[in-house]
Amino acid sequence: MNSANTMKLPATESRSFAGRLGKGVLYIVLVVAAVVQLLPLVWLLLFSLKNNQEVFNLPAFSLPKELRWENYELVWTRGHIGRYLWNSVWITAASVAFTILLASFVTYAITRMRWRLSSLVLGLFMIGIMIPVHSTLIPLFNMFNQADLIDSQLSLLITYTAFNLPLTIMILLGFYYALPREVEEAAIMDGCSVNRLFFRIVLPMTSSVIATAAIINMIYNWNEFIFVNTFISSDSLKTLTVGVQNFIGQYTVNWGAIGATLMLSILPILLVFLALSNRIVEGIAAGSVKG
Amino acid sequence: MAASFSCLYDRGGNTHAMEKVMSNKGIIALYVLPSLLLILAVIYVPIVLTGYYGLMEWDAVSPMQYIGLDNYSRLIEDGAFWASVRHSLVFAVMSTLSLALYLAVAMILSGNIRGANLLRKVYLIPMLLSSVAIAQLWLKIYHPTTGILNGFLEWIGIENTPAWLSDPKVVLWAVFIPILWQYAGFYIIIYYAALKNIPGTLVEAARIDGATSVQIALRIKLPLIFEVIKVTIVLAVVGSLKYFDLIYVMTGGGPNGASEVMASFMYNAAFDRKEFGYGSAVGFFLLVICLIATWGIRRLTATKDTIEYS
Repeated sequence: MNSANTMKLPATESRSFAGRLGKGVLYIVLVVAAVVQLLPLVWLLLFSLKNNQEVFNLPAFSLPKELRWENYELVWTRGHIGRYLWNSVWITAASVAFTILLASFVTYAITRMRWRLSSLVLGLFMIGIMIPVHSTLIPLFNMFNQADLIDSQLSLLITYTAFNLPLTIMILLGFYYALPREVEEAAIMDGCSVNRLFFRIVLPMTSSVIATAAIINMIYNWNEFIFVNTFISSDSLKTLTVGVQNFIGQYTVNWGAIGATLMLSILPILLVFLALSNRIVEGIAAGSVKG
Repeated sequence: MAASFSCLYDRGGNTHAMEKVMSNKGIIALYVLPSLLLILAVIYVPIVLTGYYGLMEWDAVSPMQYIGLDNYSRLIEDGAFWASVRHSLVFAVMSTLSLALYLAVAMILSGNIRGANLLRKVYLIPMLLSSVAIAQLWLKIYHPTTGILNGFLEWIGIENTPAWLSDPKVVLWAVFIPILWQYAGFYIIIYYAALKNIPGTLVEAARIDGATSVQIALRIKLPLIFEVIKVTIVLAVVGSLKYFDLIYVMTGGGPNGASEVMASFMYNAAFDRKEFGYGSAVGFFLLVICLIATWGIRRLTATKDTIEYS
């Protein structure tokens, strides 16, 4: 690839001023797009550090003389943001763990084991990807209500795990099919049980695709709105997404407080992105292209 | 190494042993049944129930009452419902058209651009945020007097700036812009990955034959990533038919139903007006439409094998 580029260099250069101008214009398009994507968030950061007077009177993209960190202090102490944050963290982590484990079991059974209903079961999981969650909402609400699971975080664990299974299995499938089987065969020959094989050999061998699937699941669970909004009524059980929505309702006129709340709510996911951006980008690309 | 040797020497016996282990019914049940029961209970039973509840009059407090197809015939005559269907379809069309924009950006980005990796990460950032955060942020952006959008429009000399979310004629477009913004990075990354998968030799050969960059993009790259484009069309259309969070938080479907979509119509009918039977009928309709759309697009764009993603 590199050598091809250097060899092409004279030709590219002879393609002259017009070519370079064209490339310059394209570059500007890309940068403008990046600015459009970021500008609203920059503005959010700025108004989260202002009081109302400064929001109304100062130019939109300016900092106030004094940064109003008290906005953050106010919403952190008045609201239950710490509580919501914890709820989001553990519900996300637990349902991702369940989903990955269950999906790995199913994918293993489908790609490695012999049974008659295998393709039918796979079909059920794959069709599940297309079913809109909204069409299940009223019956689920009724079922959880009768099982006394309304206003219980267990209802969220169950729905998140179930709805993430199909996509997770789909992501895992391609990887399992491509995985060489010699190691597994040798292990079985050596008298290794299927369970031991699965936990000791297969799960570690699939850790990279598990990471990809886990990240996609994590983003979905973290941002999930409709199930929390419908199933959970106690404030102390809500996740960050829904808790923030209700909390902002009380501050409709205080721009700084709303800005600070929003900043606090997006900060965790932005930090995760900073740390794992390559994996996240790969995960999104892999999920669709290789699927 | 040892593994492949033992296979060579003793193939017959080993495959037999292997087959025996790998068709152990107990293990298969243990591995598959929990997940299977879970999706049956949480996905499949509810979609059947939603059709069934659609036959009931039910406020979630007093017992259900069977009313036959009344909810469904009411649905067919309900102008507000069809308005929400129309809005969902408008979103589906606009989302599909916006794919061209994303594809164009991905094409530029994939052409040996320095910083392409950083740029696509920047594009992705809005996609990571919750719809609630995005909706709340855009509520502020659209604020008639203090929002940056009208601030900008006034700065470049436009008077009579729109009231955006409270203007029934504008609201649908105003709600679409954040969606366009949110999903840009997602589709750009998918297209970028697909474009980078195209073997460099194909493009080089075309260039040597004198093809221009535009010709290469349209005649070579586009057909080669058609499978991926197909997947994204399904995603965009079905995704649009299911839009809910953002619209629910930004406008609640208002003003006066001007930005109501199918999912928000269902939610408002059931959880606001307590018409759970009618809401279920809407939910069932939504399911049928999504399945038909998925099947229809696959049919229309059918080639050989499909790649799926949701």
